[in-house]
Amino acid sequence: MSTPGLSTPARDRVSGGLLDPGQLVRSLPGAVRKLDPRVMFRHPVMFVVEVGAALTTLAAAETPSVFAWVITAWLWLTVLFANLAEAVAEGRGKAQAETLRRARTTVMARRLTGYRPGAAAATEEEVPGVDLRQGDHVVVEAGQIIPGDGDVVEGIASVDESAVTGESAPVIRESGGDRSAVTGGTKVLSDRIVVKITSKPGETFIDRMIALVEGAARQKTPNEIALDILLASLTVIFLVAVVTLQPFALFAGAGQTLVVLTALVVALIPTTIGALLSAIGIAGMDRLVQRNVLAMSGRAVEAAGDVNTLLLDKTGTITLGNRQAAEFLPAHGVDIGELADAAQLSSLADATPEGRSIVVLAKERHALRGRDEGELHGARFVPFTAQSRMSGVDLGGAAERRSLRKGAATAVMRWVRDNGGHPTAEIGHHVDGISASGGTPLVVGEVLRDGGTHTARVLGVIHLKDVIKKGMRERFDELRRMGIKTIMITGDNPLTAKAIAAEAGVDDFLAEATPEDKMALIKREQAGGKLVAMTGDGTNDAPALAQADVGVAMNTGTSAAKEAGNMVDLDSNPTKLIEIVEIGKQLLITRGALTTFSIANDVAKYFAIIPAMFAAVYPGLDGLNIMRLHSPTSAITSAIVFNALIIVALIPLALRGVRYRPSSADRLLARNIWVYGLGGLVLPFLGIKLLDLVIQFLPGLR
Amino acid sequence: MSDTLAGCLQALLLVAALTLSYRPLGDHLARVLTATGHGRVERLVHRAGGVNAAVEQRWPVYLRSVLAFSAVSVLFLYAFLRLQHHLLLSLGRGAVPADLSFNTAASFATNTNWQAYAGESAMGHLVQMAGFTVQNFVSSAVGIAVVATLIRGFTRKQTDQVGNFWVDLTRLVLRVLLPLAFVFALVLAASGVIQNLHGAHDVMTLAGGHQSLTGGPVASQEAIKQLGTNGGGFFNANSAHPFENPTALTNLIETYLMLVIAFALPRTFGAMTGDHRQGYAIVTVMALLWIASLVTVTVNELHGVSSAAGRAAGGMMEGKETRFGIWGSALFAVSTTLTSCGAVNSAHDSYTPGGGGMTLFHMMLGEIAPGGTGSGLYGILILAIVAVFVAGLMVGRTPEYLGKKLRGREMKFASLYLLTTPALALTGAALAMALPGERAAMLNSGPHGFSEVLYALTSAANNNGSAFAGLSANTGWYNTVLGVVMLLGRYLPMVFVVALAGSLAGQRHVPVTAGTLATHRPLFIALLTGVVLIVVGLTYFPALALGPIAEALH
Repeated sequence: MSTPGLSTPARDRVSGGLLDPGQLVRSLPGAVRKLDPRVMFRHPVMFVVEVGAALTTLAAAETPSVFAWVITAWLWLTVLFANLAEAVAEGRGKAQAETLRRARTTVMARRLTGYRPGAAAATEEEVPGVDLRQGDHVVVEAGQIIPGDGDVVEGIASVDESAVTGESAPVIRESGGDRSAVTGGTKVLSDRIVVKITSKPGETFIDRMIALVEGAARQKTPNEIALDILLASLTVIFLVAVVTLQPFALFAGAGQTLVVLTALVVALIPTTIGALLSAIGIAGMDRLVQRNVLAMSGRAVEAAGDVNTLLLDKTGTITLGNRQAAEFLPAHGVDIGELADAAQLSSLADATPEGRSIVVLAKERHALRGRDEGELHGARFVPFTAQSRMSGVDLGGAAERRSLRKGAATAVMRWVRDNGGHPTAEIGHHVDGISASGGTPLVVGEVLRDGGTHTARVLGVIHLKDVIKKGMRERFDELRRMGIKTIMITGDNPLTAKAIAAEAGVDDFLAEATPEDKMALIKREQAGGKLVAMTGDGTNDAPALAQADVGVAMNTGTSAAKEAGNMVDLDSNPTKLIEIVEIGKQLLITRGALTTFSIANDVAKYFAIIPAMFAAVYPGLDGLNIMRLHSPTSAITSAIVFNALIIVALIPLALRGVRYRPSSADRLLARNIWVYGLGGLVLPFLGIKLLDLVIQFLPGLR
Repeated sequence: MSDTLAGCLQALLLVAALTLSYRPLGDHLARVLTATGHGRVERLVHRAGGVNAAVEQRWPVYLRSVLAFSAVSVLFLYAFLRLQHHLLLSLGRGAVPADLSFNTAASFATNTNWQAYAGESAMGHLVQMAGFTVQNFVSSAVGIAVVATLIRGFTRKQTDQVGNFWVDLTRLVLRVLLPLAFVFALVLAASGVIQNLHGAHDVMTLAGGHQSLTGGPVASQEAIKQLGTNGGGFFNANSAHPFENPTALTNLIETYLMLVIAFALPRTFGAMTGDHRQGYAIVTVMALLWIASLVTVTVNELHGVSSAAGRAAGGMMEGKETRFGIWGSALFAVSTTLTSCGAVNSAHDSYTPGGGGMTLFHMMLGEIAPGGTGSGLYGILILAIVAVFVAGLMVGRTPEYLGKKLRGREMKFASLYLLTTPALALTGAALAMALPGERAAMLNSGPHGFSEVLYALTSAANNNGSAFAGLSANTGWYNTVLGVVMLLGRYLPMVFVVALAGSLAGQRHVPVTAGTLATHRPLFIALLTGVVLIVVGLTYFPALALGPIAEALH
């Protein structure tokens, strides 16, 4: 498994890797291909630039001048840079798609006709994997590739899923239960399983993944459409403003050339965000892919940014998978060291994580060295069974024997009473106290047989409790600041759930949760206008996953769960939900920040171009040339060059996403307005001035 | 008392009066727009009009009602003007020519009140009273009704109903405009504004010449002309005429009247949405822009003296009435162009290039500080939606304003709204400048001549109605084009606003969390002001550069 986000709490930026200069070069052919007007038409802002570039090309060919050709060249470059941004963003997915394609190589499948569970009499035939239909059964044995997506209906096997997850450690897949789903293209390492195919040919999980990471399945998301509309209308407004300027200019005796007017349009329309908009979207999806999360649609990523309520499973997300021993509570008159020793002895053969945690606690708190089972002569270990509900050890010979048991309070106390002991009321208090605090009490009992005499007594209680993952409380505080409510889902009783919820710092909890309860909770939240995100893996999670606005299915889960969710986490790490929300937010923030930047840029461009256009007829307008640009041609060229270069300069930001630190809306807004609003206002003044300082020395532009 | 002190005092007095009326008038409007019962007179009106007042309308129906009512208003007014010579109290005035009738009918129905005629010589008393004054009431009420749908869009959830236009119209006229206009007509009459039904009086002037003075029901028309941000003067000289605006006191009252409803509507917005802070945020933006403009224009007129006559008078007094002075004129000019009023008490044409350019720029901002009755609020709310959209993205959520999400559909209507007025104003001005015949209508050359044309089209597209003068606008071309621009500039935005209201009303409410963008904090106020100036104002920068800016930087 890859490193879960939690292990690096210092991370404050969801980074997406640095932009590789080589990638720019590799993406160039793709960028040129995208100049096709039929492709460009999808991006209204850049389409206008392309039309403008075509027009200035004609104008420059008709009345050639250095200025006209330079502007023409830079307008084409502006379009090219926009395409480059998109191509680079797509290119990053391409590498991953290649790996996936290799996994999809045609395999032969051993189809079973007439398969019925339990019945051995099924005929086997070899068919190409692509011929498999939904409902077919195939048998896969060690060393073979699973030919299609499906559920294991018979057997258990270890499977190498590295082709999909990039994780080399094999995973167990078995029939029934929540670990039955297998993915086509993965390899069975051991044993034999029968798989019922659940996907149609060409629509397997890997097929979809390829389409997703390549961006082929990319559709504009709702928010992207809304932003596109705003940008398109700003483009139209500026087009009108410039087209209508010509009659005004002619009246003033300062008719402008087509090249200058086009330059003005391109400078004013929001090219920066227009050029980077689709790259931002693709990169957002890609950031998820890099975290081994597959979003089935861009819409889901956006919804993640909007989530108001997170439903988190307690086990594995909030707490470590298992309960751990936290404390020894000796009975009256029993030394704590004695209790620890007895607890340790009775747990030596207990391989469960709870048992091991007792040994660890005894070692850490009471310096009791873990003993090997072989060290203890004549030791007979009693394993845990569902009936006895306790485990332990019998030490010594037949004459003098010491029996130790630890287990459920009622079971151990009955055992002590059966052997003639009398557990004191104090033990009952301990047990109740631990239960009330959300922990699990384990009672340790001892029976000494010396010849015919019995002494039975309770030595004390072990306090087992859920261990909250490190950093969770801070994480939930962060979420709260972001306005996100966290609800813990657990099968525990309300008392236990409450205690853990309080310790972990979640806002609410749902105890003794059934799938129906979960569903009802989601619907209730949604009825209040909230967006809900959840993770799930089991088949019984499927309806809730489908109902949730963001449903992240674990890759280890069933096909039903994976179908129902709109994201799949290949690492099966439920904590990742929090990261997904952050990536969704970061995607929207990047769009907003670059839009603000783009619009704020206009101010400086006006001050560069307007005096350049009209200072000849109205010398007073040179007063607007506050940057003191050298000449009209150098001023307009500088503005256009700046406009094009800023796109390239911002490609890394578009791909990486702007810095996102979880905090309240007010602080985020203040920060982004300062950086991108004010920055967008000031930066072009400096940039255009600097470019002008160089351009003014170029012949033909001075 | 020095001019400066008097000027500052009257501005402060005005601000104080507006502040005092903010709450009671805003709350009253909110009650009117949310009340369930109907008064006796209202029921009579509903019965007479065949209106089922118990039923709410879906947004397309509401919109059709607005458009149908306005269409009837235009046709009625057109017929009135064409048939004037057959009517009572016509004072012997003839039928108004077709193109001028169309222009005037469109002008009054759209709350523009652009006047290509001279009231005292072209219109009889009945047309002024039953034609113009009636439109002054209802066109203003239509604006408030339309903004009411937008506010309801925010407050309602999962419904397709945005109100009942006929109920809104009746209530706004009967419960708000009529009582206020009645009271202020009396106040104005008591302060010296004339109110009679006299025809022309021949009087002997001091110099011994003859002058014909027309009387008329001026005070009653003046009150609603200002209150409803209409601006169509009884006389050609509008509020510069001593019969309309005799003293500095009436000047202050008239300035107050044109601002009072538009400045109180944010309170209505706050009251109806249940969050007064939202109203305060909007009114703060309005007030900031208004104050900044007032300071700029006043300073320009006091110190930016650009003519010999101005230097002699110690300020630009050319084209201003001595009884108002620079302070009273600037106050009125700023208010009339920042609302959709368009009444004038001085010649904007004669202002300094900076001051005159500002009056043009005010209209270009879309008349949102505080704007026309209703139209000002919906104008600034559209800009707030754009600001929320951009800012909302920057906090990492699908943008939402007052619990309503701003998605493709909402942004489509907001964007179309944003697009309409500049497209109309600039395209119209470009046509005028491109056609040699229309260019000849300009009385001035150079940047100033261009400013006059740009001003006329901007005024029509924004339904302001004030003129920069210097342009012979009573021609077939200008009457027709300006008439069309006024109609499109009024009703296209209304279509988008009501459609937006419907779209918002259909949504559910998104609860407010710490992750929600706060739209009442200073940061948002600054952002909205920035959006107004950069997104709207900058659109006109190239055109302004060739007009007032070129003139100012001469």
